[in-house]
Amino acid sequence: MWALGIRRRALSTLVVADHVKGAVQPATLNAITAAASIGASPVRVLVTGGDKGAVDSVAKSVSGVDGVDGVFAVAHDAYSHLLAENVSSLVVNLHQKEKFSHILFPATTFGKNVAPRLAALLDVAVVSDIISVGGPDTFTKPVYAGNAIATVKSKDPVKVVTVRPTAFAAAASSGKSASIADAAVPDQPETGLTKWVSEDIVKSDRPELASAKVIVAGGRALKSAENFNLLYKLADILNGAVGASRAAVDAGFCSNDLQIGQTGKVVAPDLYIAIGISGAIQHLAGMKDSKVIVAINKDKEAPIFQIADYGLVGDLFTIIPALEKALSK
Amino acid sequence: MRVLVGVKRVVDFAVRVRIGADKMGVDLANVKMSMNPFCEIAVEEAVRLKEAKIASDVVAVSIGPKQCQETLRTALAMGADRAIHILSDLRTDRDLQPLAVAKLLANIVGKEKADLVILGKQSIDDDCNQTGQMLAGLLSWPQATFASKLTIADDKKNATVVREIDGGLQTISCVLPAVVTCDLRLNEPRYSSLPNIMKARKKPLETLAASDLGVDLEPRLQTVSVAPPPERKAGVIVESVDELVAKLKAVGAVP
Repeated sequence: MWALGIRRRALSTLVVADHVKGAVQPATLNAITAAASIGASPVRVLVTGGDKGAVDSVAKSVSGVDGVDGVFAVAHDAYSHLLAENVSSLVVNLHQKEKFSHILFPATTFGKNVAPRLAALLDVAVVSDIISVGGPDTFTKPVYAGNAIATVKSKDPVKVVTVRPTAFAAAASSGKSASIADAAVPDQPETGLTKWVSEDIVKSDRPELASAKVIVAGGRALKSAENFNLLYKLADILNGAVGASRAAVDAGFCSNDLQIGQTGKVVAPDLYIAIGISGAIQHLAGMKDSKVIVAINKDKEAPIFQIADYGLVGDLFTIIPALEKALSK
Repeated sequence: MRVLVGVKRVVDFAVRVRIGADKMGVDLANVKMSMNPFCEIAVEEAVRLKEAKIASDVVAVSIGPKQCQETLRTALAMGADRAIHILSDLRTDRDLQPLAVAKLLANIVGKEKADLVILGKQSIDDDCNQTGQMLAGLLSWPQATFASKLTIADDKKNATVVREIDGGLQTISCVLPAVVTCDLRLNEPRYSSLPNIMKARKKPLETLAASDLGVDLEPRLQTVSVAPPPERKAGVIVESVDELVAKLKAVGAVP
């Protein structure tokens, strides 16, 4: 097969999966769609973690996803909790053998943590938070809190990319299943630089914020954590998730993983109901791609009304109960 | 221990940016500039380590045009001991990119023998969220990103960091030296008092030319164009809850 050596380097993509407790993070499926649109095939997915059962179950589920041509599965203690130091060295090791042209991560906290470290090890740039693909080396990404969209062209031999989940549809199940292979573990998988100590995950029965179809979000005007509970009732009627502005989080009305905005989560549900949120640039950065935006605010000058499809000016404490009643009918 | 803090001068967070006439970037002429909010948090954390007698020396570093010296003076007024300005005329929101910045910082970390580097998690202009991770990778140091709590062990050999992750919080422990990037909730940055601003004028500020540090500054990502985001069409103000629900039903937004 010596002739292969003189051929121009072929394209091939690796998507590094994010998963939690044996379940693939939905954002990984959005990244697989982005990978397919680049057209650098084959597209293969790396699933790694500390628990073999969890890795196997995630590997099996992604192997049946549309656009996936193969899966690498690596279970080893060093990859528990997906620490950046160990995972990036695993990906470097795999890249040395497979010579990927594109390495994609979902732009989750996992992807944002690992991708730049990997890129530095490969001496290449990261194209972060892409929202569309213009070709194998051309991507668009928001800058300045989404107030400008930059189109960039990468000059690097390997494109390390993080994918904004809300900008790409989730890849569906294909009915086929791609092959699952083991990938080699580096000689020293445990770098010993970082140790996981503990985790405090907020439990919720509601849909996950990042993928919910409906979001009810509250701001400072809710005035207290007790009042913030009003939003949960409304969200339950709509089978939606609850989100918050930074002001609500800083005031202690809810936990910070509910924060939507430039520094929190970016969401794009079918329906976004902003209650008592003024609409600062930083908040809008996280929700202005929602399909339908409703704003409820007593200040008719609030900037949120400039982007809302439907605005209602009034006291949220009388509007929320009335809305519950009207929606339950 | 010596703590290095990276600070970036960016368009003030409250400014509504405009696309320049050449459609290649945001118009920076006559726009208010300030220290990146996440960098303020980094400086505050470093100064708190100094006040807790954990850090002995806090060095603020900024890369960019000569106006970055104002940003460094702000860091000095907050309590940093001295500053290093790496002079470069490349646009820091577009052409001087995280990989080059990380390499320049790695160079300074080596020269200064820093034990801890604290950076913001992202700058609010390029929104990259990369520099800290890249620096850690280049130095083969551990990284603790999106930190909302930082505790240095008494022997100064380890740090425990609470990180903000999707779904909640994660606590990790890393060996020092390390790179930490700050999330918004790490602390509340202080305002500098007038006497401290006056004192900051006398603190040492060293200037180096980026081009002298042996780092390839060539942007790896070439900007093809910069455009405004798609505009949403004007909405309507409804008069009552019933009207709102009727409209939402009409467009199928609620069942």
